[in-house]
Amino acid sequence: MTSRLAMHAALIMLAMLASAHAQQQTLAIGEVAPGVFMHQGRIALMSSDNDGAIANIGVVIGEQAVAVIDTGGSVREGRQLLAAIRAHTDKPIRYVINTHGHPDHMFGNAAFVAEGTEFVGHVRLPQALAVRGQYYVDAFRRSMGDALIDDVRIVPPTRLVDGELVLDLGGRTLVVKAWPTAHSDSDVTVFDTVTKTLFAGDLVFLRHIPVLDGSIQAWLKLLDDLAALPANRVVPGHGPVSAWPQALAAERRYLETLASDIRSDVTDGRPIAAAAEHAAAAERDKWELFDDYNARNATAAYSQFEWE
Amino acid sequence: MPGFALRSVYAAILLSAVLSLHSVSAAGPEPYDPWPGLVQDIFDSRAMDDGSNLIALEMPTRAEDAAIVPVTLRLKLTSDARSRVVSITLVIDQNPAPMAAKFKLGADANVSEISTRVRINNYTNVHAVAETSDGKLHVVQTYVKASGGCSAPAAKNAEEAKNRLGQMRYRQFARPQNEGSSSTREAQVMVGHPNNSGLQMDQVSQLYIPALYVDRLQLWQDDSPVLSVEGGISISEDPNIRFTYVSNGAKTFRAEAKDTDGHQFSHEWKVDGSGM
Ligand SMILES: [Zn+2]
Repeated sequence: MTSRLAMHAALIMLAMLASAHAQQQTLAIGEVAPGVFMHQGRIALMSSDNDGAIANIGVVIGEQAVAVIDTGGSVREGRQLLAAIRAHTDKPIRYVINTHGHPDHMFGNAAFVAEGTEFVGHVRLPQALAVRGQYYVDAFRRSMGDALIDDVRIVPPTRLVDGELVLDLGGRTLVVKAWPTAHSDSDVTVFDTVTKTLFAGDLVFLRHIPVLDGSIQAWLKLLDDLAALPANRVVPGHGPVSAWPQALAAERRYLETLASDIRSDVTDGRPIAAAAEHAAAAERDKWELFDDYNARNATAAYSQFEWE
Repeated sequence: MPGFALRSVYAAILLSAVLSLHSVSAAGPEPYDPWPGLVQDIFDSRAMDDGSNLIALEMPTRAEDAAIVPVTLRLKLTSDARSRVVSITLVIDQNPAPMAAKFKLGADANVSEISTRVRINNYTNVHAVAETSDGKLHVVQTYVKASGGCSAPAAKNAEEAKNRLGQMRYRQFARPQNEGSSSTREAQVMVGHPNNSGLQMDQVSQLYIPALYVDRLQLWQDDSPVLSVEGGISISEDPNIRFTYVSNGAKTFRAEAKDTDGHQFSHEWKVDGSGM
């Protein structure tokens, strides 16, 4: 075989691998408790390289029906999730619960639009999507490209949660709980009563630096109520499945450090831009993506503490 | 023949426009530069000098939080023209409403620094245009990358913003001893207001959420104007202005704001005449 032929063959192989990757059938999901599955997202920013698959996703299979908790950061990821579910069960997907309105958790919604599937979300989620949805689509077109974004549709919830909502999957119930503004203004958690698994959405971060898009004071206040939930384990919005409530410790430390640094910046009259540069510096080595989000968290926190 | 040549020129322009549209889809500025049109619309096509000896425009290179991007306008202490600056206009080229704010400087207040916070929707050039009393315009510019992640130029907590509507705060900051004269003050005025942009369509009703924003803020020491701001929807929620000025010995500081629904808000504070 000539070297030219070998190269040609190698190129064909590469092309086949690439297209296999692009059309990969199923998303990796693992069983964390009987009938409870999760996909663990990469700790990364959404990009064209990772299909936006950075957030954790949950699947709970009951005797009669299936619930999906978040749908991923692209319709491609959503379709791969659907295929992964179908590899385990052919029961109908009765509920798609969006833990909140951020793109990495809901850009895959369109893959699940079907008769008999209800979209469940916080009572404030429709408003959040109305205000931000189109902006997200436009902004992520820049970082993820047309191929991934063209299919994305903003699918608002058809069933709203104000307080608590119990969903019956047959033989097991899920409790969906709406929270006050914390990580975002439309956070819900999902609790599987059978295995005591808590899907916390982005109210809980591990390894991935917490991201503030709501209210830092309210988030800190809410941690005690969250810790009181009778869960054995948590599937956080980002990071590994962990024991409960110990999983909250690192996030609490970060938010308290940020809050205390920013409070003194405001008291001392240090300008917001300066505060963004140094706040919570003690936490830098403890989180992934620190430099991608910390200045932003500091900016948001500053504009809130100013009104205290 | 001339017609043919012209057509191929158009074709070439069109082709290069299409190509450049594709090449920047992943990052970088939009291919279309709105600035020439903005000079026409906002500044009536008037000529502009390079203003970098007169004014500095400071912004982070990336909008960390799309809804709250700090911006500082600083008049340079060494410039002769500094005392003759009558207004500074801040333009965010790629925003839906590019004209963010026009600051008119009180004739006797000697304002030398203004900081506020803006929304940034996109990768964009930002221009600051200072007008001096001789009617000349002086421009500086910077470039800001759009925010990544789930940050959006929208309210984080709409209920809280509504509850704050109309609240006003004034604060005077301590100045380092060696900076400026002893009568130089650094102060901040905050106005609680959602400053809704009105550009988002409600997905369910398909109706635009109406715009509601502070379009005018005026500041005085006693009855002498310090600063007035004509604002738009590019100014962040809870408009916040931090500035330096020279005290005329006034005992009060007053702020009046008006929004696009015609609500008027005003407040007066006793000021520490001795500085801090
Ligand atoms: Zn989130």
